[in-house]
Amino acid sequence: MQNVGVTLGDTAVLDDISMRVSEGEFVSILGPSGAGKSTIFRLLTGALEHDRGTITCNGRPLDQSAQGFAFMPQRDALMPWRRILDNLTLGLEVQGMARKNARARVMPLLADFGLIGFEQHYPAQLSGGMRQRAALLRTIVQARPVQLLDEPFGALDALTRTQMQKWFENRWQAARWTTLLVTHDVREAVALSDRIYILSRRPARVIAEVNVPGARPRLGQPTTAEAHALEAHLFDILLNQTGDDL
Amino acid sequence: MIRFVKQAHWRIRQSRWPRAKRALSLTVAFVLSIVLDFMPRVRRALFPIFVVSQTLPLVAIAPLVVLWFGFDLTPKVLLVALVTFFPMLVALVDGYASTDPEIEDLLRSLGASRRVVFRRARLPTAMPYFFAGLRISITYAVVAAIFAEYVGARAGLGIVILNAKNSFRPDLVLAAVVISSALTLVLFAITALLQRVVLRWRDVADGP
Repeated sequence: MQNVGVTLGDTAVLDDISMRVSEGEFVSILGPSGAGKSTIFRLLTGALEHDRGTITCNGRPLDQSAQGFAFMPQRDALMPWRRILDNLTLGLEVQGMARKNARARVMPLLADFGLIGFEQHYPAQLSGGMRQRAALLRTIVQARPVQLLDEPFGALDALTRTQMQKWFENRWQAARWTTLLVTHDVREAVALSDRIYILSRRPARVIAEVNVPGARPRLGQPTTAEAHALEAHLFDILLNQTGDDL
Repeated sequence: MIRFVKQAHWRIRQSRWPRAKRALSLTVAFVLSIVLDFMPRVRRALFPIFVVSQTLPLVAIAPLVVLWFGFDLTPKVLLVALVTFFPMLVALVDGYASTDPEIEDLLRSLGASRRVVFRRARLPTAMPYFFAGLRISITYAVVAAIFAEYVGARAGLGIVILNAKNSFRPDLVLAAVVISSALTLVLFAITALLQRVVLRWRDVADGP
């Protein structure tokens, strides 16, 4: 998947963004709040049109029909009136799959996502971490080539977030979904990504592209000196080079 | 309830009135709300008219409607519709608008059309609003129906009240009042029951 130069009109949210994600790769987009990180996702999911540049997926230009992306919004966006199981099958059902088949696709995945026994619950009955896992499963089960995660752990409390990150790293290692993660959490980006793009303030440009070395799993062990140095480096870029003049 | 009214020999011929009238106004309000949700321009054009329809005093309009449409069921249906239509419409339109934008974004990212987004997200979101509107309009409906009969009908609770008043029988007036209150309460209870069934997801306990 290649993605070259995207720009959005009126308020110039994105100036000149170029990025690419290879198959099986975990790429993060880091940036100050309001940098237009979520705008990139809205472009990719077709909620917005770009007015300059091109976006391609597997060499073909992106259009309404080419649905290469599964999107997980910031908050879980589970429908409170649907039971968990029905929320999980939503994506497949909207795409025209019969409910029965969709359920058959979802059921075997419940165990890995720690949702067994909660299929018949309503979202309001679940904890924040479980809801987030459900939202992630709803995204994954669509089997799209690329997963777009918009700050999936941002709304969680610190403890739950750490647990979820660890759990997610394990899941990712097992499945190797091609993933594009938007976050403003430097540690999260360093811990989970293969590569990190850093965006400037609006209008956003890519001001740095950093490869993250290091063996996995990274969470749950003492943070390496390398990772520490990288985190410090990224913080420095974010604080001093994003065009903020406080 | 209605059967009891009949047994009391009050010659209420139009015993089907509350259901018929409310059903009409509900259906119209529902269909129109969908149209308005899909066409914001039409909504802006029509909404002032609906607001004006709510400013018309029932006392003045009711005799005219009876004059124009006769003593049958029609004027009652129209008046009840006039009164109940607006709360329902406002409730539904507001309900659609309160849909979580993230859920809509999600559905669109799944490739859902506007119709699918409406059915999967906007309509279920509006359901609690729908029931709130329903409970308000149900209480209006009975009062409006009785008043419509009061100004001109062959039979009905309104006529009973009118006749009792004219023959200096406050006991009968009060009896009719009790009946009409009970009728409203029963309708209200049915709505609450329906809401309980449809909105079961709202009653579930909070998370673990």
